[in-house]
Amino acid sequence: MTMTIHVDIVSAEKEIYSGTAEIVFAPLVTGEVGILPRHAPLLARMKPGEVRVRTGTEELFFYVSGGLLEVQPHVVTVLADTALRAKDLDEAAALKAREHAEEALRNRKTDIDYAKAQAELAEAIAQLRAIQKLRERTRK
Amino acid sequence: MAVGKEIRKQIKSIQNTQKITRAMEMVAASKMRKAQERMQAARPYAFKIRNVITHLHYAHPEYRHPFVIERDAKRVGFIVITSDRGLCGGLNTNLLRSMLATMKEWSQKKTTLEICTIGGKGFGFMKRLGANIVSHTSHLGDTPRLEDLIGTLKVMLDAYTQGELDRLYLVYNHFVNTMSQKPEVELLLPLPPSELEGEKLTHHWDYIYEPDSKEVLDDLLTRYIESLVYHGVIENLACEQSARMVAMKSASDNAGGLIDELKLRYNKARQAAITQEIAEIVGGAAAV
Repeated sequence: MTMTIHVDIVSAEKEIYSGTAEIVFAPLVTGEVGILPRHAPLLARMKPGEVRVRTGTEELFFYVSGGLLEVQPHVVTVLADTALRAKDLDEAAALKAREHAEEALRNRKTDIDYAKAQAELAEAIAQLRAIQKLRERTRK
Repeated sequence: MAVGKEIRKQIKSIQNTQKITRAMEMVAASKMRKAQERMQAARPYAFKIRNVITHLHYAHPEYRHPFVIERDAKRVGFIVITSDRGLCGGLNTNLLRSMLATMKEWSQKKTTLEICTIGGKGFGFMKRLGANIVSHTSHLGDTPRLEDLIGTLKVMLDAYTQGELDRLYLVYNHFVNTMSQKPEVELLLPLPPSELEGEKLTHHWDYIYEPDSKEVLDDLLTRYIESLVYHGVIENLACEQSARMVAMKSASDNAGGLIDELKLRYNKARQAAITQEIAEIVGGAAAV
């Protein structure tokens, strides 16, 4: 019997694939590698490309937009990114989030009035409680 | 018959409201289930990353990433996750109240606060409060993607790496079960050492790093924090839906109660009118 290696491909949002394979190919930043069973432990960064998993009968393709690859002698874990990550792309996204906040924030006051805020929240909670009481009374 | 026309109208309008609340209840129930599934699906990733980080921590005890170093707290950041929409009971209110307590504590220690809001409700509240909101995202919808959070988080993480923030908190609702959600104010950064330690390694071995161990560790830690926040967003979503389901269920029940009461009043009024009419006829006949 040929030796196999366990493969887990996970992204932050879901588990993409889990199973055994004879060989796994992954696109590292330094070039594509093929991982066979009993590979030395490896931790590497991937670039966008496809991860290929060859099982005994078929070859499966998974597109990843980067991420990390962890290899242990009998387990390969692909921590895939679902989004394209690049320094400038992230930067642009950060800028957008900041602008979004600023835009919505025009004409705000400076000091935080905790007393007022607490009063506001207390009022909302009191209202909720009143509703609860009212409900209990109508049930009886 | 003119009797009870207003009551009939009232009953009708309450029935319409009840239809709406029922529908919302059912929608929330199905969305909640999906959100719970998503919560499960996101778990393996965070788990795997944590394992690797633990290992790296042991392999390189001398390297201290900025995320791990504890500094004196002069500026504190909060990432607050709330829902975009209301009609979910006291979910957001309770969360914001427990956050406010922590905020107050810090500002009494003369620290400046920076807020990052995810979700419309928290933003509205913080804005009215006059807090310093540095980044904001909302309208993530029912299937939030990590992609939508990267920018907002980067603002906070960069601030932390550059020493502009000394603490970073994550504020979200923890999903206990359908009936109960617990507001959580969690310290995200600096990473508590216990997060890194985990179980002791029995023998020493190390990875081959590609390109370089530090870069890989940086990547890992950023992704780990992102996955924690992403998980918070999903958990909060599940909380929102279940809170809404419960709120809408009780609203439907209340509407039912009101309708019963009004119907009783309507029938009483109707019977009184009939009785009165009969009495008048009988009285008239007796007079003749």
